[in-house]
Amino acid sequence: MLDPAVRKLALSHFAVAFGTFGLAAVMGFYQVLERSGMFPALQSPGVYFASVSTHGVLMAYVLTTFFIMGFGYVTAVSSLKTPLWYLKGAWIGFWISTAGTVLAAIPLLLGRASVLYTFYPPVQAHAVFYVGAALLVVGSWFWCVIMIVMHGHWKKAHPGEAVPLPMFATTANAILWLWTSAGVAAEVVFQLIPWALGFKETVDVGLARTLFAWTLHPIVYFWLIPAYIALYSFVPKAAGGKLFSDELGRAAFIMLLVLSLPIGFHHLYMDPEQGTGFKLSHGALTFLVAVPTLMTAFTVSASLELAGRIRGGTGLFGWIGALPWRNPMVLAGILAGAMLVLGGFGGLVNASYAMNAMVHNTAWVAGHFHLIFGGTTIIMYMATAYYLWPRLTGKPLCSNTLPLAQLWSWFWGFAILTTAWHILGLLGQPRRISTVTYNSPLTFAWDPYVLTMVVGGTVLTVSAGLFVYILAQSYRQASTGTVPAYEIEYAEALGAVTRVHPLLNGFRAWNIAIAVLMLMNFGYPIAQFFLIKTFDSTPWGY
Amino acid sequence: MHIHPLERKWIYLVLVVIGLFLAAIFYTALVRNIHPPSHLETIDSASLHLSKEFAEDKLGVWTEPDGTIKVTVVAARYGFYPREIQLPAGTPVTFRIASADVLHGIHIPMTNMGTMVVPGYVSEITTTFPKPGEYPMLCNEYCGLGHDHMWSKVTVVAKDSWPAAPGTATIGR
Ligand SMILES: [Cu+2]
Repeated sequence: MLDPAVRKLALSHFAVAFGTFGLAAVMGFYQVLERSGMFPALQSPGVYFASVSTHGVLMAYVLTTFFIMGFGYVTAVSSLKTPLWYLKGAWIGFWISTAGTVLAAIPLLLGRASVLYTFYPPVQAHAVFYVGAALLVVGSWFWCVIMIVMHGHWKKAHPGEAVPLPMFATTANAILWLWTSAGVAAEVVFQLIPWALGFKETVDVGLARTLFAWTLHPIVYFWLIPAYIALYSFVPKAAGGKLFSDELGRAAFIMLLVLSLPIGFHHLYMDPEQGTGFKLSHGALTFLVAVPTLMTAFTVSASLELAGRIRGGTGLFGWIGALPWRNPMVLAGILAGAMLVLGGFGGLVNASYAMNAMVHNTAWVAGHFHLIFGGTTIIMYMATAYYLWPRLTGKPLCSNTLPLAQLWSWFWGFAILTTAWHILGLLGQPRRISTVTYNSPLTFAWDPYVLTMVVGGTVLTVSAGLFVYILAQSYRQASTGTVPAYEIEYAEALGAVTRVHPLLNGFRAWNIAIAVLMLMNFGYPIAQFFLIKTFDSTPWGY
Repeated sequence: MHIHPLERKWIYLVLVVIGLFLAAIFYTALVRNIHPPSHLETIDSASLHLSKEFAEDKLGVWTEPDGTIKVTVVAARYGFYPREIQLPAGTPVTFRIASADVLHGIHIPMTNMGTMVVPGYVSEITTTFPKPGEYPMLCNEYCGLGHDHMWSKVTVVAKDSWPAAPGTATIGR
């Protein structure tokens, strides 16, 4: 039962998340138009790179962090069936993160922080940007602590019982985020802020990039885990079936937590400051983290098949047609799966130790992560929002068909946009350029795909606008009294889980495993900057 | 722990597939010696102009005493220096690149010549261009507002029509 205090808390988080999403989507539209070169009036590198930086920060950091926090509070209260622990702390976290977002947004929008969303020293942003980004993260740590404490309290009150899967996964994500954010926090606090404030004259770029790589891959799983929670807990139920396996779900979340941390060097394959041995080791672990995702694909497909057969589907594929495609959660689950397969394939190419050279920093990479992040992850956030909205506001959605049109257009928009980007990448177009100026016949081959990109971007912008409209319109409606009670329902497991192995119910041993793996994979690569003679760089404007 | 037989089969299949991928990567890395460009060598970006290798008159294409071809390049906002180079097809060429200011990335489309250029470090990459042609050698990492315009022209010519580069020994290296 969601009490009014939790509902208000969650809705406030979602308002920030989806409000910034709408703003960032408009910027994405501007970027494809600018890049197409079809509208000379729009051409401006200054505006373009400010826009790319803001789009990235809002989408990747603000939308995700606020959505994850809001969703986590709802999950904790509704799956554990206990009141929220430390409501005041949750609000403190919310306001710190909001203040950080506003602080970071000011220099971003003024073009004084055009360092993209990966910070890129020695190009230096205004100090306020780094401080704002740090506060956004600090606020989210309140959420992490609340999740971990609630998990612990529940276990103490229910000795020997299995923690409900959605909460188990949420706690895994809170622990993951604490480990993950440590890398970028060290970079920002010890390197970038003192440097931007002028206390230090130079910065070691190799060290900064290594610390950022620590954060850069597991952060993707921080974003993805809530989407997986929806796939495990909401999709099977919405389809009219059960979750195929609860225990393997736990195993998948643990593998995501443990294996996603020590693999950041696949972002540094083409960098000179790390040796081949460590790159190879990170690369091997990167492939292993595909295992929990493939397990999830099996469990979710099996759960859907179960539901399809319960609904009367027969034959090898008949169950697919029997699924309730007009349920937004089911539709989103299927479309997310499709985009995960395509995006995952691109990811295996990126992660391949030597093959990466072919596509590194080309439009291929933008295509890959827009499929996984914009596609798989955000489409599940959208479906979750449609599911939670009536349960948080007490009002029905304003329409039953608009959400379906919105989800389909989101899928097709990304299908068109990312196909173009993957091809452009293979043809050698770099990502992160605002306009094409290379006076080379090679680049004429890019033109048709640049046009395709504009079409995809247009579809996506309409879809994003529709999403924000549906939520706002539904919020403004009058209560009808016909909506479900303030109750969240999770899928039951096929084989009821009463007792599970302690290793599948808590994280102590896994934290030790992470510490060992991190020490092995990041220990010397970070220490080397203090052991060998390195030369720092002076700051440069944007 | 309870695992459905079908699920067990799927997990075995997944492990076999991932194992095959890893085997291919380790084989090409350890047996065929194919690695991404990793080259841990530090340099002071602020004084490249005074260095033995990256001073202005020492940039460009050189023939080393042992006959190998070497190209020294400085990446600086917003260009790669030299702005034009000519190289032979079908011959191994070693690029050594240093940044004078910020982060850059160097890439020649449709070839595997590419590496990040991080200030404070020397990037080194050896490659062979299969086909003659004219290529942009471009910056693929955001380096500032002029990033779009950062590129040099590389002309790859047939091995026979390539005018041999001067030896590095002649300039006292
Ligand atoms: Cu550059």
